[in-house]
Amino acid sequence: MKATRLSIIAGIAVASLALAGCSGGSGGSSDNSGGDDSRGPITYVQGKDNSNVVRPLIDKWNKAHPKEKVTFKEQSDQADQQHDDLVQHFQAKDSNYDVVDVDVIWTAEFAAKGWLQPLTGKYKMDNSKLLPATVKTGTYNKIQYAAPQTSDGGILYYRKDLVPTPPKTWDEMMADCSIAKQAGIGCYAGQYAKYEGLTVNVAEAINTAGGTIVGEDGKTPTLNTPEAKKGLQRLVDGFKDGNIPAEAITYQEEQGRQAFEAGKLLFLRNWPYVFNLAKTDGSSTVKDTFGIAPLPGDGGPGASSLGGHNAAISTYSKHKATAFDFVKFLQSEETQKFFVTQGSLSPVIASLYDDADLNAKFPYLSTLKTSIEHAVPRPVSPFYPAITKAVQDNAYAALKGSMSVDEALKNMGDAIKTAGSGS
Amino acid sequence: MSAPEVAKPVARTPKPPMRAGAKKARRGERRVALYLIAPTIILLAIVIGYPVVSAIVMSFQKDAGLDPATGMFVQGGFAGFSNYTHWLLQQCSTADGGTTACPPGNLGSGFWNATFVTFFFTVVTVILETVLGMWMALIMNRTFKGRGLVRAAILIPWAIPTAVTAKLWFFIFSVSGIANALLNTQILWTSDEWASRFAIIIADTWKTTPFMALLILAGLQLIPEDVYEAAKVDGATTFQRFWRVTMPLVKPALMVAVLFRILDALRIYDLPAILTGGGGGNGNATTTLSILVIDQIRQGFNSASALSTITFLIIFIVAFIFVRFLGANVVRTQESQQKGKL
Amino acid sequence: MSAIAGPAAAEAESTSQKTSTARARVKPRRRRGTAQGIRTGISALVIVVWCLAPFYWMVVTAFRDVGYTFDTTPWFTHVTWDNFATAFSTKLGNHLGQALLNSLFIGACVTIIGLLVGTFAAYALARLDFKFKGIVLGVILGASMFPGVALITPLFQLFTNWGWMGQYQALILPEISFVLPLTVYTLTSFFREMPWDLEEAARIDGCTQAQAFRKIILPLAAPAVFTTAILAFISSWNEYLISSQLSSDATQPVTVAIASFAGSQPHQEPYTAVMAAGTIVTVPLVILVLIFQRRIVAGLTAGGVKG
Repeated sequence: MKATRLSIIAGIAVASLALAGCSGGSGGSSDNSGGDDSRGPITYVQGKDNSNVVRPLIDKWNKAHPKEKVTFKEQSDQADQQHDDLVQHFQAKDSNYDVVDVDVIWTAEFAAKGWLQPLTGKYKMDNSKLLPATVKTGTYNKIQYAAPQTSDGGILYYRKDLVPTPPKTWDEMMADCSIAKQAGIGCYAGQYAKYEGLTVNVAEAINTAGGTIVGEDGKTPTLNTPEAKKGLQRLVDGFKDGNIPAEAITYQEEQGRQAFEAGKLLFLRNWPYVFNLAKTDGSSTVKDTFGIAPLPGDGGPGASSLGGHNAAISTYSKHKATAFDFVKFLQSEETQKFFVTQGSLSPVIASLYDDADLNAKFPYLSTLKTSIEHAVPRPVSPFYPAITKAVQDNAYAALKGSMSVDEALKNMGDAIKTAGSGS
Repeated sequence: MSAPEVAKPVARTPKPPMRAGAKKARRGERRVALYLIAPTIILLAIVIGYPVVSAIVMSFQKDAGLDPATGMFVQGGFAGFSNYTHWLLQQCSTADGGTTACPPGNLGSGFWNATFVTFFFTVVTVILETVLGMWMALIMNRTFKGRGLVRAAILIPWAIPTAVTAKLWFFIFSVSGIANALLNTQILWTSDEWASRFAIIIADTWKTTPFMALLILAGLQLIPEDVYEAAKVDGATTFQRFWRVTMPLVKPALMVAVLFRILDALRIYDLPAILTGGGGGNGNATTTLSILVIDQIRQGFNSASALSTITFLIIFIVAFIFVRFLGANVVRTQESQQKGKL
Repeated sequence: MSAIAGPAAAEAESTSQKTSTARARVKPRRRRGTAQGIRTGISALVIVVWCLAPFYWMVVTAFRDVGYTFDTTPWFTHVTWDNFATAFSTKLGNHLGQALLNSLFIGACVTIIGLLVGTFAAYALARLDFKFKGIVLGVILGASMFPGVALITPLFQLFTNWGWMGQYQALILPEISFVLPLTVYTLTSFFREMPWDLEEAARIDGCTQAQAFRKIILPLAAPAVFTTAILAFISSWNEYLISSQLSSDATQPVTVAIASFAGSQPHQEPYTAVMAAGTIVTVPLVILVLIFQRRIVAGLTAGGVKG
């Protein structure tokens, strides 16, 4: 019967596809034996290398270490995708991921799941030259699990043609808003859409006012303080009074940059990347009329949220000694300098920020250093995804005006408490 | 194998008369049917059956909790139905072992909102896409110059990868984007409660109407011309021709299209995730069940499995109602309908 | 019931129109036909504008200099080919060209195998009689009810265990499973409408059942088959979630490749390059559709007079 024959052939085709697959591919092997001292080729996993710094570095390493070559596995540009990719491979105990680049907010989560090699004993790192805030992001439960690689801090962009000296406190900045009103533009904006950027901005507001989101243990909420309330209230009032334009509730980094470059904002809180683009974009109207300053604070520079990435060694790696050396290489002064000159990234070595040459080429470096020196990391907690959701949902509602600040902070605290118990 | 087939009488009724050789024929037919259907079932069992079963199994396990002594995650134990009550009854466990209502900011509290949003999107987009798709299919069915180009143009919205479409509409709907520029408004498309919902509906309708149009067009192709002619000769108006001739005859294809569109719409993820991130309104105006699942996967996989299972059951119930009561009976033949009309 | 939609169908329609209106009045005969033609023309125009307007904006952005990304001038300004160069450049590890080939290959496999498997099942469901038909239909439909987002992790683990990670079959097999339910249901529904007495007649004339199916029924079901093929191909073309997790650099399809476009700086969104890539990616599909669009409306005659 032709139909039967055809169907049998189809069945065999499907089965042979299956068999063909079984013979190839190196999948996740689940043993991590022989990992500790062995040397050999490793794979470095990182998100998109926008500025083309990683490949030249790897080439350099490979030339010097022909028997311990590094292969670059490049992930997508989206932080969420990078996170999920790492989780999938770690869950499958994949030994192919040796050194991984982790965003500062995932380090605690991965460390608590036992996926990262603790950097103690023979893997102890020398952190004396680094900015202390960055080391905090790689530490969980008092043990260091990841080595800071790049950093990032928020800075204030301002229109120096309208405001010759930048404000040093939040109240000063709000007072300058009358100038914005006169010029018919918006006063201040950050990132307030419902995504990680909102947590960054809210954390900055709360930390600058002297409050904290969670306590030292990383899971007890500490939002029931007048300082936390003051911080969130500032943002809420900003929206209410129109000092923060209504459309800023849709802003991610790019929308704020666009508004600032189009001359529609007096002050903008954003990452250092805006500096180069605002100077070189064809459509930028503020090329020569903007300046930068540390975030306004409360008697001192404001507390920026710490961004950046750390390099960590996977527990499942089979060549940990090589991995350790590579991590040290990434943190070496030469590499860090290359990060700045080639990629306009923010290094973690403190002295580089004072280097005269670099400061001449990258005028935002000294401002950035101030920002990072006073930076406060977002909650270092293995439940960070739940914490950031709690903060985002409630802060967004508060900014929209549908929840009072007290209510929002209480709900945030309650939600963070439920995060701690894993349900 | 061919002997029993030839012996089968040439009748219209699908059921062969139960005569002596018929039983053997039935058995033979069943075997053939088995072979023909086996590849489909095997494939579905592997790719979808296995994850569904594993999700159900995992949904009865607790997510890993933190061991206070070491600070490391340890396996959660058996959870019973607590993962399900977390979503359906909004019960969150507290540190001291009790339960409390899930506060806003905890994903559990967003379940019923996500269900509402998902159903809202489904109803609106399916109705819009069916109506527009029917219209487009009727036009594509006609003879006119350049209709090849129209058919190609209609497919373009759907041919662009969803990720690109979502970025494109995100771009169009940004506050200083082209939508506001052309309409001369300042609508906050991605953050207003209803504007964000309609932004997604517009983007989804634009993208998916071709799918409906294509399936309906295929159905229209089966309607022979003389049926229309006869109706025209009988003096039917255009509307009457459409409603009494076209609609019943295209119903099988239409029902399949609508059914699958409903199933897809209930699982929508890409578009709202990229366009609004699930936000808008108070922050959850466009969060669909699939977005909730992905958010939960990042926080605890077992609870996410429970949510996936609940979503599966919801969709199953909807499909069941649709098939049972709205007559999406794909095995009904056109014949019986035609007999009534002509 | 006439299974032959007259080869002279179009002619018949206009003739009957002419006769019926001729009965009423003599003059408006031509105007009536033209009126309908104008209505159709306007409708077609509206449809084309609706479908192409956002696409037009995508193309405008694709050709716009990246420094003017947020410009909302509705026509082409600051025109440059840079974005296309960026999209195709392999400097930063992007391989859009390779990804396009991957997508085409995967799409072809998914379509061909999916249609084959689906046609077998649809034939059995439409034509053969057996006891568990309802259950089988239910199970196949049920496969479309599980949220796709929840399949990623189990499939990741399954395919890792099988050593299929990053290989084509890890992408092809899941995508076939996604298109199978719709394929089976559509084809079943269409096979049911087919004139089986023609097939019976052919068998009496000496064809085997399979031959009769292939030579008589399939050509009549051509619109359904080609429609389903296009649906399957585009569904595979659009697939992102599973591919993003299960593909490797060598096997990633365009959706994943575009998603990993990056601006020259962190946090920068490469809108113009993504729009350029989107434009590039749409072209093969449009060509495919233009080639096959006659088959979609083949009608009940093999050659298709209308097309």
